[in-house]
Amino acid sequence: MGLEQKLGNLGVVTTTLEQAVNWGRTGSMWPMLFGLACCAIEMISTIGAPQNDLSRFGMELMRASPRQSDLMIVAGRVTRKMAPVLRRLYDQMPDPKWVVAMGDCASCGGIFNNYAIVQGVDEVVPVDVYVAGCPPRPEALIHGLLTLHAKVKQEKLVKWA
Amino acid sequence: MTAQDTQLLEATIDELKHLFSPRAQTGETMVLNMGPQHPSTHGVLRLIVELDGEIIVNAVPDIGYLHTGIEKNMEAKTFTKALVMTDRLDYLNNMGNNLAYCLAVEKLMGVEVPERAQVIRVILAELQRIASHLVWLGTHANDLAVQSMLFYCVRDREYILNIFELIAGQRMMTSFMRPGGLWRDVPAGFEEAVRAFLDYLPARLDDYERLTKNNPIWLDRTKGIGVIDGPTALAMGLTGGSLRGSGVNWDIRKAMPYSGYEQYQFDVPLGSAGDVYDRYWVRMLELRQSLRLVDQALAKLKRLGPGPVITADRKVAPPPRAEIGVSMEALIHHFKFWTEGFPAPAGEVYVATESPRGELGVFLRGNGGPKPHRVHFRTPSFINLQSTSLMSKDHYIADVVAIVGSIDIVLGDVDR
Ligand code: SF4
Repeated sequence: MGLEQKLGNLGVVTTTLEQAVNWGRTGSMWPMLFGLACCAIEMISTIGAPQNDLSRFGMELMRASPRQSDLMIVAGRVTRKMAPVLRRLYDQMPDPKWVVAMGDCASCGGIFNNYAIVQGVDEVVPVDVYVAGCPPRPEALIHGLLTLHAKVKQEKLVKWA
Repeated sequence: MTAQDTQLLEATIDELKHLFSPRAQTGETMVLNMGPQHPSTHGVLRLIVELDGEIIVNAVPDIGYLHTGIEKNMEAKTFTKALVMTDRLDYLNNMGNNLAYCLAVEKLMGVEVPERAQVIRVILAELQRIASHLVWLGTHANDLAVQSMLFYCVRDREYILNIFELIAGQRMMTSFMRPGGLWRDVPAGFEEAVRAFLDYLPARLDDYERLTKNNPIWLDRTKGIGVIDGPTALAMGLTGGSLRGSGVNWDIRKAMPYSGYEQYQFDVPLGSAGDVYDRYWVRMLELRQSLRLVDQALAKLKRLGPGPVITADRKVAPPPRAEIGVSMEALIHHFKFWTEGFPAPAGEVYVATESPRGELGVFLRGNGGPKPHRVHFRTPSFINLQSTSLMSKDHYIADVVAIVGSIDIVLGDVDR
């Protein structure tokens, strides 16, 4: 009648700290409530529409303040006027933070190769996942976010220091 | 930020000084920045608000955060290829933008559109209007603390997007309407899909009205807020639901019918007080009128039966796929059509349509070449936006979100 038997009944799970933290981070990753152009409408569909329902992945809570968010979904074209604002928002987010470039415009300028549009948001902030499409369908965005989750789950403890 | 950037910023603040009362300089009133990242500005609108306590002395919109250079980009493309740019103007009214641009090209080229194509255009434009109004209702209600409305409205909009996907393979940027008609005929199952939607939506709209119309919180937030009377609204260039909320009977579909709108029965809902509530109520009624229009157009489509959906004028329309395989000339023509485009006569045209937000006009100037010499969009959001300052004077700061929501702006439409 040792302690181990009692504990066994409670169900012990062993894991590494790394995995536990990464699991926690992917399970409640809050995106910033922030949209730029057409892609933002598809982002609303992804998050708001019951057909897609991002809360399945613990991500339905959009935060209007960058200080409370972990993930920046750059949904739409970034103009030269908006780029400094975007960078400031990124700088205000606490670490660890991730960026998803949603849509062709945010990834590479899309069909707008002209004086007004930044040719890819990676000129301004580091991007983790690019989602192609003009606009990407909700399923594509969800796939991009799951790809990001897979990436986060592989992060190593030493890197955090 | 480099030193040069800082200088630029300082210059801008100096330039803006005249917009505020002298009291702002002494610190008696407070100047507050709102946006461009703000949950209630519907995109990247920035408002600079001068406040006396909680009361607004002045609200100045600062736009350009989404300036995409669409008009300039279109000058570098042939008339057909420039069409894809119009989808991305006002991204809640993609079909409507296509329609306005196509009408302008058709007017410049002097081509006739087959009847069947016109009827399908009306169906699609009205479905798009419903989708746009649903997003407006969802976000506007969300701003005014009826949060569940956003989920309901976005869900219903998905059904319309499914119909668009059925006909064009894309949910939003369909580019389905082409100068001279449509890209292709609607597939089998289109009518049933639209019918199913027509049967589904009215009961939902009843629900949404129950949620808002007599809700005391909703009434408090909307009645008597942001009042603008009819003559002032006209003077400010307001169009669409925002103008009709002030009781001015002006709907381009009635006043200058296009695409055969004169053949359908529908009413133009009017408000009287010109406040946020009336603008809301006008749009709610417009949703039902759009359903009515779609219903009639569907019946007409059935009566018409199969037929061509793009003009027979081969100058404006590419040769059909079936001909390319058997005729060398058709193949050459197809190649030249897509590489060189078609030359348009020199001249200027202006076409006005009723977008969900108001008068969407396209000014097009040809110079004899295959590319537009100048394209200009008279976008409703851009012109409606200037009334924000007027409407929000002497209201509480919290009412700004109600007022901005009620004029239903889309920033892609403002800045293009
Ligand atoms: S990728 Fe397409 S849909 Fe997205 S912002 Fe750019 S133009 Fe709009």
